[in-house]
Amino acid sequence: MGEPLIEVRDLWRVYELEGSSVAALQGVDLEIGRGESVAVMGASGSGKSTLLNVLGCLDRPTRGLYRLAGRDASALSSDARAGLRNREIGFVFQSFNLLPRTSALENVELPLVYAGAAAPEQRSRARDALRQVGLEGREAHLPSQLSGGQQQRVAIARALVNRPGLLLADEPTGNLDSRSSAEILEIFRQLTEEQGLTLLVVTHDAEVAASFRRVIRFRDGAIVADERR
Amino acid sequence: MRAVLRMAVRAALRALRRNKLRSALTMLGIVIGVGAVIAMVSIGQGADAEVQRQIRSLGTNMLVLVPGATTSAGVRSGWGGVSTLTASDARAIESEVPEIAEAAWIKRKITQVVQAERNWSTLVQGATPSYLAVRGWPLAAGTFFGQRDEDGAARVAVLGQTVVDQLFAPGEDPLGASIRVEGVTFRVIGVLERIGQNTFGQDQDDVVVIPFSTAERRVIGSEFLGSVDMIFAKTTGLDAVAPATERIQALLRQRHRIPPGRDDDFTVRDLSDMARASQETSRVMTNLLLSVASISLLVGGIGIMNILLVSVTERTREIGIRMAVGARGRDILLQFLVEATALALAGGLVGAALGIASAGLLSALAGWPTLVAPSTVVGSVLFAGAVGTFFGFYPARRAARLDPIAALRWE
Repeated sequence: MGEPLIEVRDLWRVYELEGSSVAALQGVDLEIGRGESVAVMGASGSGKSTLLNVLGCLDRPTRGLYRLAGRDASALSSDARAGLRNREIGFVFQSFNLLPRTSALENVELPLVYAGAAAPEQRSRARDALRQVGLEGREAHLPSQLSGGQQQRVAIARALVNRPGLLLADEPTGNLDSRSSAEILEIFRQLTEEQGLTLLVVTHDAEVAASFRRVIRFRDGAIVADERR
Repeated sequence: MRAVLRMAVRAALRALRRNKLRSALTMLGIVIGVGAVIAMVSIGQGADAEVQRQIRSLGTNMLVLVPGATTSAGVRSGWGGVSTLTASDARAIESEVPEIAEAAWIKRKITQVVQAERNWSTLVQGATPSYLAVRGWPLAAGTFFGQRDEDGAARVAVLGQTVVDQLFAPGEDPLGASIRVEGVTFRVIGVLERIGQNTFGQDQDDVVVIPFSTAERRVIGSEFLGSVDMIFAKTTGLDAVAPATERIQALLRQRHRIPPGRDDDFTVRDLSDMARASQETSRVMTNLLLSVASISLLVGGIGIMNILLVSVTERTREIGIRMAVGARGRDILLQFLVEATALALAGGLVGAALGIASAGLLSALAGWPTLVAPSTVVGSVLFAGAVGTFFGFYPARRAARLDPIAALRWE
């Protein structure tokens, strides 16, 4: 397998809140290889979302080492982190986080805009990404005209449109019924098995976690179990 | 950056359309500011053009010589005192200064003129036959007197329009009528074209012109023979004004035997002085009005800043989403700057229409001369855009410095 995609050593994230400090991550050590799909479980407040934000370069660790694809990503400038979020990382959120009053196609185009792609290329790649998640023909729909499952599929298309190596999902099925959840998990399975994408999903749903080969359990900002099946 | 700019322009126009009322109210300050600037500058430039036209009607290549000295500060002393200028000075200027094409000279007196039952107090000018040609003053009817009338001190008169209005009933033909000036009877042989006020507001048409010799011998009298009140000298061209002035000064100092170091006992004025003075006045006025109008632009800019700060707060989550998919701080900055500039430019365009319309309305209703220059319109709209960019910078920078996590969690 060679070098892991994600390498984390003694990672801390400490929040200063009105004089008292809260450590959301307390010395996390973790390695995730290319093409792995991993579920991260834990109670709310256990620090699993904080880990995802740090791994996704949305947040900076207070202390410790984070290497993404062999490069130190723990002390990058905010522009450099924006570049990583744009090209190397795709994000899927529990609440979809699509731009309101903006068509599905334009939502998917957004990462390409910030990558500086030409207009025709933006259009065709965004269409391809929507087709990939089964939303052909819905390009002009606004988020408010789509079901929750469809909105989450638009969000996945947006996360994938710039062909990142790493997909991070924070409770991606938390707001969905069981049928839509199953559709989303099926899309994830295809992406990892057929395209070799590395996937990290945060969830507190044991059923969701059951479909992953590797499950990491979190408690009080630290990993308490790392199970492989 | 180009892709981001394209997206930002599209998003800004969409936001403008979506919040029509809010956009309109935000733009209002800029609309009023640009409208006021364009209206004010148009009035100022219109007044300026009107003054220029008046000056041109007098002829800018004309020099006027009056007796009396000018101190270096420009305060005249001895104006109208001893008549130091003579007809032979004028002839010498005509023949010895090559830049002078033609000269005319006058004596003048304010006195009563009588026609039948009517009388009118007016300016009687004794002038040489070249007077109308030098001043470029056309005749409305009849003829002007010639050298024969001058030599024979003929009792003929040419009237200005104001005098015609005062002495004759409407429709009555003044040509051939008799008028009396200081007990002397004159026959009216011509009527002058109306030329209106001069730059000092005096009515130039309130005048009776008679031959110089007649005035000297029969009407005005003279301290000594040949003294004149004014000499008009027409130069060969505009660029001859300065050298002609110098030569005339040298010539007259020599003729009047003025030792070096003493002031001239005469004053040479050219009409460009007056043009400059009146231009200066209208420029001061325009600048004053312009600064008042600019305050409105400033207020408009603050309005844009205010609404953009609200907009940044409202759209915190949108900013977070954009950052999560790879927008850098400068991409967010650019988007909000584009939005502020678009708002201000749109306001500027509406304001330009308003300004042009109100300038047109002012000249139609109040009769003020206005001049809407394209450079004024383009300049003030672009300036409005710059005001938007300037006042948009602070809100845009706040948006650009948001923390992605905090922005995404914003409810």
